[in-house]
Amino acid sequence: MYNKILLATDGSDHSLRTVDHAIQLAKTSDNPIIEIIYVKDMTKVKSETLNNWNQVTTSLEERFSTVEKKVKEANVSYKMKVLNGEPGPTVVEYVNKNQFDVVIVGSRGLNALQEMVLGSVSHKVAKRANCPVFIIK
Amino acid sequence: MRNTLTAREAWFGNIKGDIMSGIVVALALIPEAIAFSIIAGVDPMVGLYASFIISVVIAFVGGRPGMISGATGAMALVMIELVAEHGLEYLLAATILTGFLQIVFGITKLAKLMKFIPRSVMVGFVNALAIMIFTSQLEHFAGAGWMMYAMVLGALAIIYLFPFLTKTIPSPLIAIVVITVVAVVTNTNVQTVGDMGQITKAFPPFLIPAVPFSIDTLMIIFPYSLALAIVGLVESLLTASIVDEYTDTPSNKNREANGQGIANIVTGFFGGMAGCAMIGQSVINVSSGGRGRLSSFVAGLVLIFLIVFMGDIVSQIPVAALVGVMIMVSIGTFDWGSIRTLRIIPFTDNVVMIVTVLTVIFTHNLAIGVLTGVLLSTIFFVAKISNVKVKKEMKENRMVYYFKGELFFASVTELLDDFDYDVEGAKEVIFELNQARLWDDSAVAALDKLVLKFEQQEVNVYVVGLNKSSSELNAKLSNKLSSH
Repeated sequence: MYNKILLATDGSDHSLRTVDHAIQLAKTSDNPIIEIIYVKDMTKVKSETLNNWNQVTTSLEERFSTVEKKVKEANVSYKMKVLNGEPGPTVVEYVNKNQFDVVIVGSRGLNALQEMVLGSVSHKVAKRANCPVFIIK
Repeated sequence: MRNTLTAREAWFGNIKGDIMSGIVVALALIPEAIAFSIIAGVDPMVGLYASFIISVVIAFVGGRPGMISGATGAMALVMIELVAEHGLEYLLAATILTGFLQIVFGITKLAKLMKFIPRSVMVGFVNALAIMIFTSQLEHFAGAGWMMYAMVLGALAIIYLFPFLTKTIPSPLIAIVVITVVAVVTNTNVQTVGDMGQITKAFPPFLIPAVPFSIDTLMIIFPYSLALAIVGLVESLLTASIVDEYTDTPSNKNREANGQGIANIVTGFFGGMAGCAMIGQSVINVSSGGRGRLSSFVAGLVLIFLIVFMGDIVSQIPVAALVGVMIMVSIGTFDWGSIRTLRIIPFTDNVVMIVTVLTVIFTHNLAIGVLTGVLLSTIFFVAKISNVKVKKEMKENRMVYYFKGELFFASVTELLDDFDYDVEGAKEVIFELNQARLWDDSAVAALDKLVLKFEQQEVNVYVVGLNKSSSELNAKLSNKLSSH
């Protein structure tokens, strides 16, 4: 029943677990496709670069490739996309425009610092998306 | 990370996006170049020529395609005193020397070391920069009438509200146009760019700075050039990292240091002030679709053509409009997240950040602020790791001392002072060092001293558990250091 699955990820360790759940959910359907989106907030790049200064960070590609590997191994068809904007509203807008059967988001962000600055994405999505929302704790 | 782009890709991989974003950046550069000239105390042309030359030269020699460089606030703040005391020609000479110093930094890979500037110093740097840009605008209000306040508020309103209508044209430009039209139509007698200096409708001429080529001149300009070189590289490196993050592509930091150096040398010979990468403009560029070297090239060319063909209009821009733009720049530069995260960040990091900011406000020199911040973080770091813990425990007539921590010059004094020599009658003592490390000759000497102290009381000491590098150091130096 959940054929069109949207997975919003930030590539964090926590969000890797959301991939597992997305795969599990996809396997209950006949013709599933997982669309994986990563939202990048351009207005926050400066403060993020400053906050992560001198820390080992993984590039977007590395983060994506871990996610991609998981989905590929599970043999589920998928699409990947990078979107620009404020994470919460951008995910909501994308969901409501493209009609998904379910949206999967993690409940936590990259780190406590960013969460404090950016606020909770999952909360915004749960409130405003027009389809079932699956929040992975 | 993806491999670095080929020269061809870096230039022509994104022609349409680069031309469009280059035009947007040129429009956004003009008010800033003029405003930064005013901060530095030079003619508007000095900043405009700098922004033109630097962005064109950097297009060829920079290490980070898509990044925009030009006259900046950070550099302008450093040169105020030099301009006020010695004049423009000395600034041009200092600009050329800055370029040479930056190339030296690039060749010696010092620029790469700047990556190790602590996070709290970086945050302090941008916050101090923001505060300085803001306070440098306050003098324009001195003795100004209500028109000035109204125009600044009007400009700010347009800057922050216009993006809700459209984001295709930079809102600061709209603010400048609207405020200029208002000033011209109402014929108010407010200060304009033309009052700050003549807008020359010409390409920059090649000139050798008219300063005496002497040691005296060098002594005057060197401190400024060194500060400019450091500030320019710090901001350029930070901006390059921001663009890296934005575009998810790597960049060559040493090539960027060299490029900044070459650009400053060239700009000094063409009557421009020293510049560096610009955070705000680079963000405007990449978010308008600019990715390649062409974007910086186009930005520079469009800027100079606008000045050559529309210079008369530029000189009618009220200073109030520029003040509005500068207030926006300072708000955008400040790292507001750093205020929100003050209470979750370690205390010493906050101290470093705040001391960096205060040093800049006090000295008006971002370079001194950065150096102070780095020094203070080093001291905190040494203090943090110089705490060696020693625990003693009696085991079958032997007293075992467990050492934990880093033994080096800064930690041994305290270790020796606080050492508990009471072995409670044991005839043998064991120094268990598997959780400790010996770093230098002071550590070895201190260990020797402890051993000697026990041996004088006819207690045998066995040193065990040293890791490989520590025991090698110990074997090499032990009993050879203190002959007294």
